[in-house]
Parts: sequence; structure tokens; C-alpha cells
Amino acid sequence: MAEKIATRVAYGNTLAELGETEHFYVMDADLSGSTQTAIFGKKFPERFINCGIAEANMISVAAGIASTGAPVFCSSFAMFACGRAYEQIRNSVAYPQLNVKICASHGGITVGEDGPTHQFCEDLAIMRSTPNMVVVNPADATETTAAIRAILRYNGPVYCRLGRYAVPVVFDPSDYKFELGKGNVLADGKDVALFATGILIAAALEAREALKSHGVDAAVIDIHTIKPLDKELVLSYAAKTGAVVTAEEHTIVGGLGSAVAEVLSENLPTRMARVGIEDVFGTSASAEVLLDYYKLNAEGIVEKTLRLLRK
Amino acid sequence: MQTAQALLLAERAAEIRLRAVDAIYHAKSGHPGGSLSIADLLAFLYFQELRVNPADPHWPARDRFVLSKGHCCPALYAALAMRGFFPVEDLNTLRKLGSYLSGHPDMKNVPGVDMSTGSLGQGISAAAGMALVGKREGAPYRVYAVLGDGELQEGQVWEAAMFAGHYRLGNLIAFVDFNRLQIDGDVRQVMDPTPIDRKFEAFGWYAQVVDGHSFEQIESAVEAAKRNGEQTGKPSVIVCQTVKGKGVSFMEDQAGWHGKAPKQPEYEVAMRELTATLEDCRKATKGGVCNG
Repeated sequence: MAEKIATRVAYGNTLAELGETEHFYVMDADLSGSTQTAIFGKKFPERFINCGIAEANMISVAAGIASTGAPVFCSSFAMFACGRAYEQIRNSVAYPQLNVKICASHGGITVGEDGPTHQFCEDLAIMRSTPNMVVVNPADATETTAAIRAILRYNGPVYCRLGRYAVPVVFDPSDYKFELGKGNVLADGKDVALFATGILIAAALEAREALKSHGVDAAVIDIHTIKPLDKELVLSYAAKTGAVVTAEEHTIVGGLGSAVAEVLSENLPTRMARVGIEDVFGTSASAEVLLDYYKLNAEGIVEKTLRLLRK
Repeated sequence: MQTAQALLLAERAAEIRLRAVDAIYHAKSGHPGGSLSIADLLAFLYFQELRVNPADPHWPARDRFVLSKGHCCPALYAALAMRGFFPVEDLNTLRKLGSYLSGHPDMKNVPGVDMSTGSLGQGISAAAGMALVGKREGAPYRVYAVLGDGELQEGQVWEAAMFAGHYRLGNLIAFVDFNRLQIDGDVRQVMDPTPIDRKFEAFGWYAQVVDGHSFEQIESAVEAAKRNGEQTGKPSVIVCQTVKGKGVSFMEDQAGWHGKAPKQPEYEVAMRELTATLEDCRKATKGGVCNG
């Protein structure tokens, strides 16, 4: 098994590294140890701002800072950074197109034991429906590092979801390329296209191997940018395979599955299935147990794929 | 303050009122009550206090102004246009399709607007962000913000108050337009925000209370706020006791004029009153006395 690193850890290290050459501010709301912004804070205290447990204020303060020209990274748990402060993101950041990056850790079900009040599985849907927002959901440490660099280069509002849970490093940093809005084809295939995002990338690659024994040749495509969606890539693989399965650590309402369904239904109606949280609140348990319980794993992807292909 | 300066500001305030009501009438919607109560404050800020440059609205060293009670933008737009940021002829496109003068201030499209506001409570946080950068980077500007009294009911205002006090943002001056009325009635009956000055003091601010229609009182409070900010690092709040609807007899002290446009007969009366005040002020500027 590959080395395991949580995406939030890669985020914290990347910020601290970028801080040496780039001018930007980093804000947190009393969770800098968890979100890993503390690494930057320790190194560059004059550019770090702890707002205390006041996420709404944090987002609007970030808007004020960004209005003077400096990019700002804001972190907290996804539930609070995006959920609690949604209206501040919409009105103070997205509407005036300010250069604020909301990099929220502890997204999704893998928050684990803290339970449903902290397991935010709706963030990608909410951020995707907000005009002017770019929405990114990296899969591993390599992709996170590349994504954060690209996000800093991009001038405008971005939501980036990071995880608490240590996940396998899927991508080799030496040959990994990241471009906002462009998906990566990880494996070609002719029978079905598996579009996965975030930590479900590793599961999709595993599912591809399992599907071989059922005579199914699956393509695996990494959709790290949920918005803008790489429509051409979605359409080309739907055309090529005639069957699409999406996989995300997120509600099936409004996230990657919905985004792909929107593109297909209007341009190339294609049979499809969505792997994700089935419009329910989570429950307390370890991340490993929850991923199995909600079938956010290779088994879940294989099952839905075989049902879709009637195998 | 010299008499001539007070007269000049009174004339500007009268013109702001007239132009704001005119724009709201033509838009057939908008917020006259709170626009009229902040007209004197805006006249002081835009025609005396703020270091801004209409020829270069994004001048990095400029003083910042955030209208946290964004719904009162008809008065802000009037002040900005009169100050030269955009043509006064555009004021009556307020709230119309294709106009850059939206129902609430839009920093991307309105020259001179430093922050998009409208959702109450957010502007004061953004102002604090601007002040924090100014302080940390040694920038020469100050940040001025105007809050409504009803707006103080938003919890975010107090998150921002705690933040500004904690980070000792002595370059931040917030005004509270204490006109005592909100949509549903008397602020003290809807949800009492008083004592406003003592609440801010408890958050580490320097607080003063003035007559928000007295240029002399506003000026001396701003001077004291700046001195205090430099000496102690405390952010300042200046509670401006004002009359909602000030300057239009039938709108004064009436919660009903918070957010509706005058109909034609009402508009005619309002314009008659506001024009008479403006003409009085213009005569006084030449002769030395103003009743406005």
C-alpha cells in the first residue's frame, strides 16, 4: 500500500512553502492545528490571522483584505467555513469576485467519529451552484500540492475541499500535471467511464482492477475540478464507452454526479449511476468503517457499475 | 469648524438628500429613510474628510469607505457622483436594467465603492480586514464604515467588533446611524441594541455619541477618534443620533419610509421641501446663514 497522507497536511506544507516567495494572507478560525494552517502561521505570523471561532467574520474580513490586492486563504472545517459562512462567501466573496480561497478541511464523511454535525457532504453542491466560484476537490497529497499552487495563481474566488483522513498517495509528484478545469485520464477503457473525485479516485482505480474479472474494461478519470467541469472530457468518454459511473465522497445531490448528469442529459443522454452519500445524514464511526458502511469504496463502485451494465 | 465650511457641507447634504429622493422616486423603489439620515455624515466624509481621488478610484493609498448598511446607497451614490466619481445624470438610472447603480453597492461596477454590501453585518467585517492590512503593511489610509442601528442586531457585527478590538485596529472608524427605527418599528422594541457605546467599549473600542446632523460634532468626534486610535490603537465608534427621513417632513421619524418610494404627489411635496432647503443653503453660502 502506498504512503498515506491527509490532503490537509499537504495543504499546510504547501502554504508554508509558497509563503517564502509569494505574498498572501492565511486566516483560520481556531482550528489551525487541524487545518494545518498553523505551519504557515508559525513561519509567517505577520501574514497569519486567527479569527477565533467566528467563521462569518473571517470570510468577510478576508474579502476586505483581498480588496486591497493580497490573496487570502481561509480555513476551517468545511461545515463551518462553507456551511455556516455560506452567505458571507456568496455576498462578500463570490459576488464581488474577490481573491479569496476557501480551503476547507474535514470535508465529507471521513470526519468520522465527530458525527453528522461535522460531516459536511453538501459543500461541493452548494459551492458549485454559486456564480463565480471555482470548486476543487483534490485526491491526494500530490494533487493537493499542485492544486494549491494553481489556486494561488488563479485570480478569483475558489473553494477547495480537503480531508481529515490520511489517504494513499495515488499520484507521483515527478510526472503529475494539474490544470484547473481539466480532468486527468488515469486509465483508458471501452466499456464504462468511471468519473471520480477526491478520495474516491483510489477506490475507482481499485474498482477498475476488480471489474476486469467481470470482463469489464473501465476507464478511470480524475475530476479534481468540479467547477468548471471538463465537459469535453466527460462527453468524449461517455461517447466512447456508452456508460458512466460517478464516485464522490459527497451527497449524490448536486455534486460531481449531478454535474456530469447535467452535461450528459443535455448533450448526449447516457445511462449512468452515481456513487455517493444517498441523501442522508451520516453517523459516528471511524472513517474506515463509514466508507465501507456507505459503500464509498471499490466494492460500491463495482456493484453500481455491474448493475448499470446488467452484468 | 469655520462657518463657511459648515454652510458648504449643509449645502452638499441638502443636495445629497434631493438627489437620493429623486433617484428613489424614479426607481419606484429603494430606501429613503436611512439615506436621508446619513446625508450629513456623507457630506462631511466626501466633502471634507476622506482622502480619495475621483480620477483614480483605486488609488492604493486612498481612505476606504464601507457602507455596511448598503441599502442606503442612494445617498452614497449621490455623494460619489457629486464628488466626481461618475456623472450625476446617471443617478436616476438607479435600480434599472443595465445600470451600474444596483439596489445595493457593487464594488466591481460603481467607481468609488470600496466594498459590495447589502447583506447586513458583512461590511464592518470587510472594513476590519482593510484596516488590518493597512496596519500590518504600514499603509497610510484609514477605514471608515457606516452601520445601521438595526444592523447591530446581526451577530456578525459583534464578531467584527471583537476582532477589531483584539487586533487594535486604531485606523478604523465606524459610525452607527442611530435613527432609532427599523422596518418593523422602534429598534428598542424590535430588539434593543442599546447601550451602543458601552457595548463597543466592552469590545475594546473608543466610543463617542454625537448629533449626527451637526458637522461640528461629527468633525470633533472624528478628530478625537483619530487621535485616540493613534495613541491607544483602539478602533473608534461614533454613534450618530439622527432622524430617519431627515429633511422631508412627512418621512421624518416614520418607520414606514424605511424602504418604499414616494408616489408622485408625495414626491412633489418632498422635492419642494428639499429644493427649498437647498436653495436656502445656496443663498446662505453666499450670505452666511443656513436653516437647513
